[in-house]
Amino acid sequence: MTNLIEIKGVRHAYQTPSGRLPVLDGLDVAVPEGGFVAVVGPSGCGKSTLTRLVAGLMKPDEGEVWLHGEKVKGPRSTVGMAFQNPVLLEWRSILKNVMLPLEIVPTKMGRKEQKERARYLLGLVGLEGFEDKRPSELSGGMRQRASLCRALVHKPEVLILDEPFGALDAFTREDLWQTMQKVKEAEPFTGVLITHDLRESIYLADQVVVLSGRPARTQYVLDVPDRGHDIEQLYTPESAEMLAILRHQIEVAQGRAPAEEGAA
Amino acid sequence: MSPRLRKIAVPLAAVVIFLILWELLVWAMGWPNYKMASPSDLVPAFSRYWELFLVMGWQTLWRTVVGLILAIIVGVAIGMVMGFSRTMREALYPLLVGFNAIPKATVVPIVALMFVGAHDFNTVLIAFMISFFPIAVSISIGLSTLEPEYRDILRALGASQSTIFWKIALPKTLPEFFGALKVAVTLAFIGTNLMEIVSPHGRGLGALFDSGKTNSDYPLMFAVLIALAALGILLYYIVVWLESIFAGWAERTPG
Repeated sequence: MTNLIEIKGVRHAYQTPSGRLPVLDGLDVAVPEGGFVAVVGPSGCGKSTLTRLVAGLMKPDEGEVWLHGEKVKGPRSTVGMAFQNPVLLEWRSILKNVMLPLEIVPTKMGRKEQKERARYLLGLVGLEGFEDKRPSELSGGMRQRASLCRALVHKPEVLILDEPFGALDAFTREDLWQTMQKVKEAEPFTGVLITHDLRESIYLADQVVVLSGRPARTQYVLDVPDRGHDIEQLYTPESAEMLAILRHQIEVAQGRAPAEEGAA
Repeated sequence: MSPRLRKIAVPLAAVVIFLILWELLVWAMGWPNYKMASPSDLVPAFSRYWELFLVMGWQTLWRTVVGLILAIIVGVAIGMVMGFSRTMREALYPLLVGFNAIPKATVVPIVALMFVGAHDFNTVLIAFMISFFPIAVSISIGLSTLEPEYRDILRALGASQSTIFWKIALPKTLPEFFGALKVAVTLAFIGTNLMEIVSPHGRGLGALFDSGKTNSDYPLMFAVLIALAALGILLYYIVVWLESIFAGWAERTPG
């Protein structure tokens, strides 16, 4: 079966005043259609560079990124993105913010359909009644929900989430995880989630990729069995075991623990 | 008091109190009107020359507005060039700062000699030169400090540079732009009056001030200052009104 997202042997370095700074060094990630992969790794290991590569915002020095059997050469309208900063436009209402991608991407939807679609998504994430509010009138969690709707409004094949819940408090975060599950059921997509929260990675994703420290390569891949949407599942022995493995892998990536035999 | 009434009554009361204090000060110190005219001296000055005030005031107003419009066009253009290109920013900043540091009073005689007799043109030119700097700087800073994520959400969808400019960069810069425009309005008045006062056979309120000086009509000079202040307030509030229309979203309701 072909993968919807395929990252093959990607290497990339940034030019800095003090010379070349390699950030990615032999990165391999494959996401099947409908799959949801979480990417974790030590901070500064090039996770955000990865999102920019998949979104076509930059080209790797070496290696290839494929989306749906096509090599990524530039930005594509089949991608939706959400960042840690919700980047809502303060001069637009929430509804108009969500509809923004439809003003860029060619769409067959009429004006009325576009509005209905945006309203439907806002309802899905629990923001009905807030359509005409300004972003500044919403809480951080609500803004992030709206940002998620904007990423999905043009029905992208691929959803790229770059630490979308990173700036939220623990309760709001768990709330949003559940919203995320609900959204995924109603609006199937193939996703890449960049995160530094291991519990988030095993709750949301069906595969967790651990990156090594900079320059990053794929260090470890953990397959997460589907265990339903109950948040309680995070407190089972099975979850504890997975978290322990991931935590150990992060320590290896940070250079704080030696790699074990057969770990990667 | 209704909030609407309050909005007008409070500043109006402040103006009245200011005039009373001024009158009292002049009366208490026993100053003759060639030292310091009092508000009660201004009433005859205005009523005697009201036609002149209308004609000259209009002269000053339109030249200031034209200078200001030029400053907006050129200032926004320079700001865009500097905001989008780092090279241009590095190249133009010292030139702009240097140009702005030159006191415009010293430029007035140069301009007056350069374009002898072109009084309207000269006045507009000085008003423009003195007021475009804050606009250029605010636009360039607004554009160059746009967070990359704002660009990325549209760029990732394949939006062109101009789409990003119109949909995100421009509206996001509007609050800074209006802030700068408020500064530019008062600067433009200074520019207009510099030229009007200095150039011979001039027109506008500056020339009226100058004729008050030659005729030792001190109340007239003070009356001109008040008229200038009134025009300044008028233009300033027009800008505030435009701001509330185009960038009202940036205003947070207190509380």
